[in-house]
Amino acid sequence: MNRLAARVMLDRLVSALVILCVMLAAIPVLILLVFVVIKGLPGMLAPGFFTDLPHPIGVPGGGVFNAIIGTLVIVGIASLVAVPLGTLVGIFLSEFGRNRVGDAVRFVSDVLTGLPSIAFGIFGYTVLVATLGHFSAISASAALAVLMLPVILRATETALVLVPNALREGGLALGAPRWRVTMQIIVPAALAGIVTGALLAMARAAGETAPLLFTTLGNEYLQLNPGRPMGALSLTVFKNALVPYTSLQDQAWAAALLLVIIVSVTNILARVYVRRVQR
Amino acid sequence: MSQGTAERVVPPPLALRHRRQRVDGDRVFEGLALGAGIVILAIAGIFVLALFLPALPAIRQFGLGFLTSSEWNPVTLRFGALPFIFGTLLTSAIAMVIAFPIGLGAALFLAEEARLRFIRVPLSFAIELLAGIPSVVIGLWALFILVPLMRTTIEPFLAHTLGFLPIFQGPVSGSSFLTAGIVLAIMVLPILVALSRDVIRVVPRSLREGSLALGATKTETVWSVVLPYARVGITGAMLLSLGRALGETIAVTMVIGNRAEISRSLFAPGYTLPSVLANEFTEAVGKIYQGALFELGLVLVLITILVNVLARVMVWRFQGGREPTRV
Repeated sequence: MNRLAARVMLDRLVSALVILCVMLAAIPVLILLVFVVIKGLPGMLAPGFFTDLPHPIGVPGGGVFNAIIGTLVIVGIASLVAVPLGTLVGIFLSEFGRNRVGDAVRFVSDVLTGLPSIAFGIFGYTVLVATLGHFSAISASAALAVLMLPVILRATETALVLVPNALREGGLALGAPRWRVTMQIIVPAALAGIVTGALLAMARAAGETAPLLFTTLGNEYLQLNPGRPMGALSLTVFKNALVPYTSLQDQAWAAALLLVIIVSVTNILARVYVRRVQR
Repeated sequence: MSQGTAERVVPPPLALRHRRQRVDGDRVFEGLALGAGIVILAIAGIFVLALFLPALPAIRQFGLGFLTSSEWNPVTLRFGALPFIFGTLLTSAIAMVIAFPIGLGAALFLAEEARLRFIRVPLSFAIELLAGIPSVVIGLWALFILVPLMRTTIEPFLAHTLGFLPIFQGPVSGSSFLTAGIVLAIMVLPILVALSRDVIRVVPRSLREGSLALGATKTETVWSVVLPYARVGITGAMLLSLGRALGETIAVTMVIGNRAEISRSLFAPGYTLPSVLANEFTEAVGKIYQGALFELGLVLVLITILVNVLARVMVWRFQGGREPTRV
């Protein structure tokens, strides 16, 4: 009986420990979000934050308009390349990929997924910056596109594989060619998974800093030509955090809050969309 | 002529044209898809060259001595990677020592605890949200909140209570191996929890029920049935998180203190492979200096690929060849 009591006690103790662990894992998120909101909100609500360019050091005010435009343009171009290409490769893997080429693509995309983000920066630098001779937003887009590709193509493959074979057989039995079956029956059936993959990839790309350091480098002025260096929100956070001026540091917090909002909203949208479609 | 009538019943040109069109459409489609797959392989090939070629001048200059030298002097152009390899491995090791027990416990809670649904669901959500927070934001928070806290409170406390250990001796600075390790632990926790949770969920229910029916408590069941079964998968999850920790750049760069030294104390400032690359890249001039930085990148990539391939094989073996969970 005594032994049993000890075992039950141990069981309770472990249950409590496990709850402690989950708290320890979740509390950093809460603390982080609280700090980012408290320190970032005043700066974000300040007039001109969304519409002004950064002011020179010592001049109060200023905004991050250049960085917002830069992030949108860089991630936008990267998505224009990565989403169609990644989806097509996903279709290849799921519909035609039971061979050596398919296995090679899967292996390569797994390796790419595990690479540190800074490696994509080196890639963008050597392939575009070094050959063109100057930093540019377009090279940042190239680096981010390669970073997004494995996420998108694997999400597409997983979503397509889950579509029941009966749908494929039904389409083919009605006499439709393979490409019609794939594009008009299989892909629409798997759309939720594909869109989620694309949104998650875009969220990840929008938050990346390391690849941008090697490719677009940043710009204090408004630049609309993607062939030239542009600013980006993540670069604003990184650079302003490391200077000893509180006005710039406040702007770093505000930009961080904006970045967290963009990334979290995209993430949540992706998950909510999947849930609604699955229902 | 009788053949001609038969042909008129089933108009052959139309049927033939249909047939040919269908074959062509499918060929084009499959060709497009295959082409896209080959583009990925080509990108990977270019990627390998892009990492390797710029490092070539340094590889020629220093050979294998690059990996064992601890000198990093841009003025005399003598470069060695040892302090950075040391810093990368040490900070990641600290991160895993902190994150592994916490992550495993949290994963067990999320996978095994049937009750308390009202906190399980928001907790899962919060942990997934943390996985999506950009590393530069975590770095900003760490720089302004965690570093001062480490300098004024946590490091002095550790020096006071555990100061007999050499790793907890020496001056405290806030920006240190220990701070970087803690930041990395926070960053890999969500991945570790999500992956291990999914691995634990795969353990067959009948095994748990058998153990419980024999009179084992929940804890005993987890310890002697669930964990042994999931061991390979959990090891894989740990290695995947380790891969993330090794390559994390921005957040570490902001808190590690940036000093190319190997020191025994965890309170000392250090440097990691990706953070020296991110910091010195824009100021690097000359083929040798740049080449040395790119060679650091190459070393980092090789280490992470090794760890990741090992991890994938383990997770894949555990799940019996089914699709591994992706984060």
